Amino acid sequence: MKVESEGQLAEAIRAATGPLDIVGGGTRPVGRGAGEVLEVGISGISLYEPGALTLVVGAGTPLAEVEAAIAAEGQRLPFEPARWGALLGASGESTIGGVVAANVSGPRRVQAGACRDSLIGVRYVDGAGTVVKNGGRVMKNVTGYDLVKLMAGSWGTLGVLSKVAFKLLPAAPAQASVVMDIPAGEAVAALSRALGSPYDVSGAGWLPGLGAVVRVEGLAESVAYRAERLAALLAPYGARIERDGSAAIWADLAEVRPFHGRSGDLWRFSIKPSEAPGVIARLGGEVVLDWGGGLIWALVPEGTDVRAKAAPYSGHAICLRGQAAAFEPEAAPVAALSRGLRARFDPRGILNPGRMG
Amino acid sequence: MDMPIPSRRVLDRKAAIVARLRAALPADAVIDDPAETRAYECDALSAYRCQPMAVVLPRTTEEVAAALKICAAEGVPVVPRGAGTSLAGGSMPSEDSVVLGLARMNQVLEVDYDNRFVRVEAGRTNLSVTGAIEADGWFYAPDPSSQLACAIAGNIGMNSGGAHCLKYGVTTNNLLGVKLVTMAGEVVEIGGPYCDAAGLDLLGLICGSEGQLGVVTEATLRILPKPEGARPVLIGFSSNEIAGACVADIIRAGVLPVAIEFMDRPCIVATEAFCHAGYPNCEALLIVECEGSEAEIAEQLGLIRQIAMRHDPVEFREAQSEDEAKRIWLGRKSAFGAMGQIGDYMCLDGTIPVSALPQVLRRIGELSAEYGLEVANVFHAGDGNMHPLILYNANEPGQQEQCERLGAEILKACVEAGGCLTGEHGVGIEKRDLMEVQFDAPDLEAQMCVKDVFDPGWLLNAAKVFPLHVSAGRRAG
Repeated sequence: MKVESEGQLAEAIRAATGPLDIVGGGTRPVGRGAGEVLEVGISGISLYEPGALTLVVGAGTPLAEVEAAIAAEGQRLPFEPARWGALLGASGESTIGGVVAANVSGPRRVQAGACRDSLIGVRYVDGAGTVVKNGGRVMKNVTGYDLVKLMAGSWGTLGVLSKVAFKLLPAAPAQASVVMDIPAGEAVAALSRALGSPYDVSGAGWLPGLGAVVRVEGLAESVAYRAERLAALLAPYGARIERDGSAAIWADLAEVRPFHGRSGDLWRFSIKPSEAPGVIARLGGEVVLDWGGGLIWALVPEGTDVRAKAAPYSGHAICLRGQAAAFEPEAAPVAALSRGLRARFDPRGILNPGRMG
Repeated sequence: MDMPIPSRRVLDRKAAIVARLRAALPADAVIDDPAETRAYECDALSAYRCQPMAVVLPRTTEEVAAALKICAAEGVPVVPRGAGTSLAGGSMPSEDSVVLGLARMNQVLEVDYDNRFVRVEAGRTNLSVTGAIEADGWFYAPDPSSQLACAIAGNIGMNSGGAHCLKYGVTTNNLLGVKLVTMAGEVVEIGGPYCDAAGLDLLGLICGSEGQLGVVTEATLRILPKPEGARPVLIGFSSNEIAGACVADIIRAGVLPVAIEFMDRPCIVATEAFCHAGYPNCEALLIVECEGSEAEIAEQLGLIRQIAMRHDPVEFREAQSEDEAKRIWLGRKSAFGAMGQIGDYMCLDGTIPVSALPQVLRRIGELSAEYGLEVANVFHAGDGNMHPLILYNANEPGQQEQCERLGAEILKACVEAGGCLTGEHGVGIEKRDLMEVQFDAPDLEAQMCVKDVFDPGWLLNAAKVFPLHVSAGRRAG
């Protein structure tokens, strides 16, 4: 079933008699359940004010369409959302509502924050079929509780998004990268040094075959200056500046291209960066690092008991592809609060039941 | 201001309740002498006052949990308090309440530059978080005007902003984790020193929940390396509209200054008389600050100058020295003090789309004339967070009510322009009764459902945020 308006969405949820499997573009099938498919096709930009850096858009709008519209005005989504379709072998086109539901943020998360940090308003339909709005279209808003953040990353389990609003940023006219040919386990120290510098780093990761890499973006002269300073700071790691190839590196990293078309189980850790070297060593498989080591993409042999093998770590691990439970179980008091919220927002338990555990 | 009728049952048991608190907490942590509780009768919204039944000042999370358990068992309303600097009445007590103050929990627990965070007790003041790390070249970004006095606990409660959040975001964008004690006295760890915690974003929910979901006793905060330098420019204009248009052009041009501050004529005149900052004689002025190395600042300010020149500025003043930079900021930073010297004022906090600035400023001018009260405007223009200051005389009968009516009209105009009632101060009691201007019944119901989960008995700061008639069926007593 596909809905193309908020009214249709509310009607469909009210009429539902069993579990629903909420789908945007179907490109992030993580922990997906077995309900009746409800595809959200509420599409189109309803408000875009470049002078106010704000965008309001239907949740089913393809990400590509959103990016093209704002790029035409020299702007971008600050959090650099990445597509996972090719990584997970899923066809279909990523939608902006799917990006929000999974709170997907790319390399620029270390500088500009996560998807939820740029999200300023939502409209959604809860599990009872009631339309609710929260936040709005302004950059600062503390009026009432922040359900905007709660909806981001809730994987469609609390309500189905119909409309989302973002604050945008001007696209940077220039970028450069500083590359260091060092192993993954040694990368975090170098990346921490870069992130602890005053040079406003907008990406810090590690790629197999390339090494550790840091990015700066902004006005041309400023980028040149900061890249030079970072290269000097990171000289002990054999740093070199990469200008022309910079954008391609970050596209590879955001979409985790080294793992495209590969078999094995695929995992995503969000942890304290200084824990990364230990986790990498204990895991043994192949990795790609982002967020200064705070994000580990890991490719391991099928059936590896990854959470046990990688422990101890703070934060959590998501199984993107494999037989393990997709989401890490929460500590008991937190789980109780989450259960309570789900029971209120979706009293019949029909929205993506079981998806987050 | 309507408040719920205090619970007779609770007031009658005061002696027993205080005795239980004393038995569970150190002797000096419980105050019930009316001469001492008077200090807690209001916050920075001082027009409204009410002495609490008792005040508890714990030193540890365990003591907070013990106090909350007793209050929960006794059905006593609890009002959490950071430093008491709320402009919205967020920590105003009720007669039957226990104020739970965090002022004694002010330690830095952990500093970790490799992972870029600090963990502090939530009673620590905002500025002293930066104070603990600035010698090493780091800072904590959110900078509310009250940062010398306000506590991190209150910043989290209200999701506080500041002048520099155009670039660095507000509290919620810089908060990584909290230790929260629920009304039932259960200690819950949410988030931590990593990006994106597992599960639902409870951290995002707690930040800005105005002390209604739990008491935050510890916070893990993201910290940033200090930029190499910063420099402001001052640009004077012949009208509010032109200044507003210049703001939109700067934002569109792709320069992202760390701050764009706006002052109108009444505010310029008052601050000049107060602190002689040497501001130009003009209708409106902007202070725009850029960060980075000398060369980077020059590059950004060059672009801003080009844009400003298209709007025929009365003056474009670039700070040539540290001293000149200070003088440019002096008037802005003294604005509230200057207004206070003229008389009483009420500070509003509505936020609007930046594009609506000229239109809303015009509407504020019309309303000001209609109500016969002067309004000065000084605010964060880059993100549309307005701070209209309504000047009035509290000693003249009826003026405070007139001022509140004008304030309500201005906030309604902000909502009509596509904005909201409050950008960084919070709802508290001050804007509680306007919530239905911005939200429909299902919107408020969804928010109240969240409180049902965290505080089923509605004991924590329950008379705030939601209009009393909307929350009536849920509140205790």
